[in-house]
Amino acid sequence: MATFSASERRKRTRGDRKSVETSLALRQMFESVIMRELYPQSKIDIYIQVLQSDGGNRCVSINAATMALIDAGIPLKDFVCASSAGYIEDTPLLDLNYLEETAGGPNLTLALLPKSNKIVLVQMDSRLHADHLEKVMNTAITGISRVHAILDRTVKEHLQKTIGTITA
Amino acid sequence: METLHLVAPGDVITTDTGFMRGHGTYHSDDGKLVASVAGVVQRINRLISVRPLQSRYAGEVGDVVVGRIVEVQQKRWKVDTFSRLESVLLLSSINLPGGVLRRRSAQDELMMRTYFTEGDLISAEVQQVFSDGSLSLHTRSLKYGKLKKGCLITVPPSLVKRCKNHFHNMLCGASVIIGNNGYVWISSMEVDQEDQILLNPRDEPDTTREKDIAITREERETIARLRNCIQALVARKLTLFDTSIQYTFDASRGYEVKELLREDVMQEITEPARNID
Repeated sequence: MATFSASERRKRTRGDRKSVETSLALRQMFESVIMRELYPQSKIDIYIQVLQSDGGNRCVSINAATMALIDAGIPLKDFVCASSAGYIEDTPLLDLNYLEETAGGPNLTLALLPKSNKIVLVQMDSRLHADHLEKVMNTAITGISRVHAILDRTVKEHLQKTIGTITA
Repeated sequence: METLHLVAPGDVITTDTGFMRGHGTYHSDDGKLVASVAGVVQRINRLISVRPLQSRYAGEVGDVVVGRIVEVQQKRWKVDTFSRLESVLLLSSINLPGGVLRRRSAQDELMMRTYFTEGDLISAEVQQVFSDGSLSLHTRSLKYGKLKKGCLITVPPSLVKRCKNHFHNMLCGASVIIGNNGYVWISSMEVDQEDQILLNPRDEPDTTREKDIAITREERETIARLRNCIQALVARKLTLFDTSIQYTFDASRGYEVKELLREDVMQEITEPARNID
């Protein structure tokens, strides 16, 4: 995370717990989505730097990494789209900002493969009553389908623009 | 013009099971053909493949490439050619100085670093593609070898047109080598002609001795102008070959070299190249 990304300037040490956790989660996720049989004896590095942070860092890292892999032409089984959801004062919330995340309520991060609706990552902080879990998950899934629609449209528009100028 | 079928990863291309799966696709669990990259669907008879916008260079036998030596190993060099795996240049695949034909001895192995060392740029041809996709290169011709005194520019490999000849002597006095892997080498023509591997009766490697050729300011300007023209063609996603570069170069004569990096100028000078091909 860049030092200027949060509201207070803070220098992050390299191995701080949150980044390590996010890196591990990202790695496990993409190991299952990237078609690794096509890359024998090779390593794929994904570098992410958060420039502006107001909650949802993990989700945005996942979405950005997906776009980067697609742009690089690396074969993927599907997009990986992520969204966060929470539950404060009996209301399920979608896409929490920094204040909502640190308020102490539950913070669910969900990552899906949109086409097959397969879950690749579920993480939650704090406590949530089991009765509310389904509501919050559904909120996250709605958010993910919206994100996926935007990502998909952007990819197709970019393709259209670039292919249009390539001759034959 | 037929409508292009654009897909993103995860999109179902077809549910018809009669098609064969090509690059960029895979069979999902329920038998559908799904795209794995973002690109254009290409259908040739019963084979469906998706061509991504950009990907690493996938070499074929006979391609001319420009590469950078990254490692010196026991009997071979490892070369970076913008492929998925580093390419290999075997000691037995290079031309020894003096043009001699002999078995490579242990002494040749020890002298490998005097022929090519890490960081050198070379032009070579693809001799063979191994089963894991890595390339084996060779420089068994006088036109291939170490590249000196010029400028390298990297472009996406998909923009390089497959031609019979990749070594071009432009009318402006510079020579351009358009590698199939997207590495383009621009140098002055005089340097190329004089800097061939010299015949040395004593059979010692001569590649370390560099002729002290000064590149004049005009030559440098031509090289810089060519480089910016190629940059403009890349920005407009136009295929790169000698005619398109020549047209763009001619159109750029009205501008100063540094002006060629401006968006509007790039647009203008690449107009003549858009209409060919």
